[in-house]
Amino acid sequence: MKILVTAKRVPNPEQKLKLAGGQIDLSGASWQVNTFDEYAVETALRLTEKGKGGERAGEVVVVSVGPKDVAQQLRGVLAMGADRAILVGAEDAALDADSVARILKAVVEREKPDLVVLGKQTVDGDSNQVGQILAGLLGWPQATFLASIRAAADGKSATVTREVDAGVEEKRVRLPAVVTVDLRIIGKKAVRNEALAPDGAEWDETQRYASLKGIMAAKKKEIKEVPLAELGVAPAPLLKVKTYEAPPARKAGIKVASVEELASKLHNEAKVI
Amino acid sequence: MGAVVVFCEVSDDGKAVRTSSLPALAAGAELAKHHGGGVVAVVVGNGVGAAAADAAKYAPKVLAFDGAGLAAPLAETWAPQLADAVKRAGATALVATATSTGKDVLPRAAALLGAGMASDVTGVLGAKELRRPAYAGNAVETVEVGGPVVVASVRQSAFPPAVAGAAGAVETVAVAAADALGAEHLGVHGTKSARPELGDAKVVVSGGRGMREGANFKILEELTDLLGGALGASRAAADAGMVPNDLQVGQTGKVVAPNLYIAVAISGAIQHLAGMKGSKVIVAINKDPEAPIFQVADYGLVATWEQAVPALIAEVKKLKA
Ligand SMILES: Cc1cc2nc3c(=O)[nH]c(=O)nc-3n(C[C@H](O)[C@H](O)[C@H](O)COP(=O)(O)OP(=O)(O)OC[C@H]3O[C@@H](n4cnc5c(N)ncnc54)[C@H](O)[C@@H]3O)c2cc1C
Ligand SMILES: Nc1ncnc2c1ncn2[C@@H]1O[C@H](COP(=O)(O)O)[C@@H](O)[C@H]1O
Repeated sequence: MKILVTAKRVPNPEQKLKLAGGQIDLSGASWQVNTFDEYAVETALRLTEKGKGGERAGEVVVVSVGPKDVAQQLRGVLAMGADRAILVGAEDAALDADSVARILKAVVEREKPDLVVLGKQTVDGDSNQVGQILAGLLGWPQATFLASIRAAADGKSATVTREVDAGVEEKRVRLPAVVTVDLRIIGKKAVRNEALAPDGAEWDETQRYASLKGIMAAKKKEIKEVPLAELGVAPAPLLKVKTYEAPPARKAGIKVASVEELASKLHNEAKVI
Repeated sequence: MGAVVVFCEVSDDGKAVRTSSLPALAAGAELAKHHGGGVVAVVVGNGVGAAAADAAKYAPKVLAFDGAGLAAPLAETWAPQLADAVKRAGATALVATATSTGKDVLPRAAALLGAGMASDVTGVLGAKELRRPAYAGNAVETVEVGGPVVVASVRQSAFPPAVAGAAGAVETVAVAAADALGAEHLGVHGTKSARPELGDAKVVVSGGRGMREGANFKILEELTDLLGGALGASRAAADAGMVPNDLQVGQTGKVVAPNLYIAVAISGAIQHLAGMKGSKVIVAINKDPEAPIFQVADYGLVATWEQAVPALIAEVKKLKA
């Protein structure tokens, strides 16, 4: 199975955001791969493995749309085990979900994967759109917010579970398809390609980290830089962020000394019980 | 400019619009003032007559896309109906609540319309200008949605539910066939609860990793039921299997904004805060005085849950007596 995985670099979410003059100052940001995209890579790797640490079959191609510096994050993803990478050059500010999806569509048409795996959302923009837009543009089936995926032995379909408000939904999609992954996709038995891994195959309950061997191997792997012009798409973002502001601050709270005081404050002061 | 199409989900019994869609109707009405047209509510499914009639209480016009091929909640078949609704209504905006269904279907509909979309909208500033949180709620963006149609998913807790009162006209669109592109809905395994839904609840009591095991949530359930609220959890508690995953509150779980949020044995990671920071009153009970949750709590109590929760239950009972 040939799998295309997306990876976006995002500023480290644990770092305090610098907001000034209606803009976010990212000059001092430390960058990392969006967590959900690490999970997407892990998903793709498991789908091409005969069990944990087992032999691999198929190909995992990672694609990112962004500035040249993203090569550094892509190198990390190659060190996890992905086979090769594509970096489509674009400035982050010139992109929105629609333009990213249009660029990805052009990459899909070139690479012809059986499956595209994305993260369910980026943790900077929090937009949760690209996978669905891509599927819509391609006219492919989609399965979003995956908690598990099982690729059929014949390679023609995948059965998934999705995290929905009412619980867990089960869905089957014909391949090729677009899927987006949620947190629980890294569960021990959440991913399996029936053509490769035996029933009951288990992985570690985390995304894999780059081993020294992986890092050495990654140095020889290809990161192909593709200019936008070569793909024949000229992104024109439809969604523009005009300003960023800090959210309204909550007024400072108090510590109460006892449960009695807590209950009395909630009753008499806040009037919520 | 034109009408505003609002996608309304249908309740499980098929008879009404889901309460989670009422805030989208309110947001749609607000947006309609800027767009100059009226609200057109849209319901999609198989045998949605009763739900369409219910939707007509909230909007002057309802489009009901009805057909056997639309029975299953599939983005593949539903997104084209929403795009079709926009065209039929001559609409310049499409709105839905950012539920799991809304998040799945709306961007796909935007793609079919060639429209730009803003997710998780919390405020309407103009016809194309909207406010929304980003960076796990640590920034609020003002965005402009370009293109022919403004598509927006709205945060349920940010708009008041629309109030019944209209007597709208229902137009049914019989959909003979819908191509699911080889996708099949195989069912939903849910945890049915008699408690209010997390998104609607006035009170939410959430437990974290410090609860240690599922059985210990009993005491939180007792407090929850006493307050008529909904039970929630941190990701750590859900991942540990103490509670079902659909109780997870946070950036990647549910976003809640009740009148009262009680966080018990939850440290207050930014991803959790993103899901509850909008609550009116926040109470934190944690044994660690340095836990970050205390920075957003209106009332913090440094104590173990073993000691504090049973005592709080007793106090609430006294107040209710
Ligand atoms: C991409 C991403 C998305 C995420 N999305 C979410 C999300 O949507 N929701 C979410 O919640 N998390 C999310 N997380 C996880 C988040 O980062 C934290 O790991 C998680 O919220 C921690 O849960 P916790 O507070 O229950 O556990 P901990 O951080 O382990 O905190 C447990 C707390 O319990 C207290 N405690 C222990 N024993 C007792 C006792 N007896 N009495 C009282 N207090 C006690 C401790 O002092 C501690 O503060 C996400 C993480 C990532 C990377
Ligand atoms: N610039 C980008 N390059 C590659 N993938 C991206 C980019 N932006 C978004 N994605 C993918 O789309 C998913 C959803 O992103 P979003 O819709 O922006 O929240 C992310 O998890 C990524 O996998």
